[in-house]
Amino acid sequence: MIRFILKGVLRDRSRSLIPVLIVAIGVTLTVLIYGWMNGVVDNLMRTNAYYNTGHLKVATRAYWTEAEQLPNDLALTGMDRLLTFLHKNYPDVEWKPRIRFGGLLDIPGPNDETREQGPTAGIALDLFESGKWAERRLFKLQESLVKGRLPRTQNEVLLSNQMARSMNIDMGDEATLIGSTMYGGMAMYNFKVVGVLTFGVQLLDRGSMIAHLNAVQRALNMDNACSEIYGIFKNDIYSAERAADIKQDFNRQKSKPDDAFSPQMKLLTDQQGLGELLPVYRSAWLVLLLIFVAAMSIVLWNAGLMAGIRRYGEIGVRLAMGEDKGHLYRMMIAESVIIGLIGSVLGTAIGLAGTYYLQSVGVDISGFMEDASMFIMDRVRARVTPTSYVIGFIPGLLATILGTSISGIGIYKRQTSQLFKELET
Amino acid sequence: MENEVQVKTEHLVKRYPMGAESFPALQDINLQFMKGEFTGIVGPSGSGKTTLLNIIGTLDKPTEGEALLLGKTISKLTHKEGAKIRNEHLGFIFQTYNLLPVYTVFENVEFPLLLLSMEKKERDEAVWQALEWMQITEKAKVKPNQLSGGQAQRVAIARSIVKKPKIVIADEPTANLDAKNSHRILQLMVDLNKDLQTTFIFSTHDEKVIQYLRRIINLEDGRVASDELVELNGIATQE
Repeated sequence: MIRFILKGVLRDRSRSLIPVLIVAIGVTLTVLIYGWMNGVVDNLMRTNAYYNTGHLKVATRAYWTEAEQLPNDLALTGMDRLLTFLHKNYPDVEWKPRIRFGGLLDIPGPNDETREQGPTAGIALDLFESGKWAERRLFKLQESLVKGRLPRTQNEVLLSNQMARSMNIDMGDEATLIGSTMYGGMAMYNFKVVGVLTFGVQLLDRGSMIAHLNAVQRALNMDNACSEIYGIFKNDIYSAERAADIKQDFNRQKSKPDDAFSPQMKLLTDQQGLGELLPVYRSAWLVLLLIFVAAMSIVLWNAGLMAGIRRYGEIGVRLAMGEDKGHLYRMMIAESVIIGLIGSVLGTAIGLAGTYYLQSVGVDISGFMEDASMFIMDRVRARVTPTSYVIGFIPGLLATILGTSISGIGIYKRQTSQLFKELET
Repeated sequence: MENEVQVKTEHLVKRYPMGAESFPALQDINLQFMKGEFTGIVGPSGSGKTTLLNIIGTLDKPTEGEALLLGKTISKLTHKEGAKIRNEHLGFIFQTYNLLPVYTVFENVEFPLLLLSMEKKERDEAVWQALEWMQITEKAKVKPNQLSGGQAQRVAIARSIVKKPKIVIADEPTANLDAKNSHRILQLMVDLNKDLQTTFIFSTHDEKVIQYLRRIINLEDGRVASDELVELNGIATQE
């Protein structure tokens, strides 16, 4: 019987083509949107984790309360011991000490007078470590370099392209950082600009300075201290459960509520409102999925009603010949499953092709992000996951079955006593 | 076995509601149809022919009285039981053929057997046999839109008799056919009636059909006006 139905569906294009196209369009959009939302969430998490929040981050309790002010007078001291503890107890996480600092950048002229001066938000990293998880890799420094080279000595720094242009800074220029030390004194330290970067993240591209950790420790008098220690899972995947376990364990051992300078660990989702934002993004596609299912169901219901009118004679003959209404209804559902499957396969193929394209090319959203306070790459790319291959089948099958189920109710309302009259016309 | 009663009606009444009143489509119908009959229900439009066929074919139920089909009381049949009887024991022929357009002739004839969940080998044999009876085997792979009216009706008959039903109900089967095709179709049905002992019940007012009938039931205003047995070359009995 299924073969019989399949033949009918494949041969009768008016029965199958429009529903298949409707399903394919809906499934394509579902796969694309799912891939896109995946990409956005992935981008948001990865960018924040690498540049801003880590999957986990340690700072002093006092630092956390004023973190937006970059209060290095509240920085972590005894950094080496703390890092040893972290590496030993949580070896599945890569731990990175960083200093985030603010200050003025002064560019001297030929006679050592101030030629240009402007505010900068700097990040100090270990620029010379090697390996898969080297900071220069996490920050994609080589890829972001638009002019010059990467630092080779500790006093060499990188500036954001926007800042370098606005202050007419050239490669090899000296730049003096004017800020405050960890103890509140004035800090002045000379660096040499060797490279200019465009990260593709508006928050970093506005006025960032990337310097070596040891140099900034010296500049800000932060011996064996850092503002924050970032933790990135070595498999590069944020595991909320594992992160929560580590946080709980660390805070239980190290954090003391009555000691403002004791370290405290926070999760990615504890920072920057990401805990609220990510679930919204994650559930947004679910809402869209439901909208697609509802919209497609209505269209397919309508298509089912049209087909019902066109196939009125066929349904009548089948009822007259002794096909039970329940059997006929089930056969209609079976037809819709076949149509749903064909449409879903087609839609998934097109949707995946589109998602792969958006994954490789991406979409430039820098125009929307000029005043953004969110760490997100200017070029957002879709992301194909194993779920992308099957997600479209949910609305594809659900909508066709739902649409046919509603339109097929007419079969039960059909009066067999009218069949002879109806079939004469 | 020729005296086996296939259909029996006793004081059968069918009324249709018309506003506050009801319109009597059939009144006090008392009939018996025996195995192997070749019977026509004739009468003008609105005389109740189709209503009677509907009830005999389990497509409708009487308002009063009894109608028995193969020993079963039609008024007591559920929709499902009615469908089962139609599926197993009844064949229908419509004046507009009503073949399924996307399927081939073979598949159209095969369809009732699929509903019976018959094995493929057995099904194929039955379909070819039905097509041979109707002398239309050469059109087995053709779609209905490539058939003439006469060929389409032969396929419709093949479809109705492929499962070897006990009763074939035909509603104006020659209404859309020319004289030559009508005679050919009717002769084929006569042959089937003889060979398979299938009971044929027609609704018709076509003179060409009436020539072939061996029993003519005349309905007028929902009542049996006459019920005549006929010899092929003339009227034999009058009640």
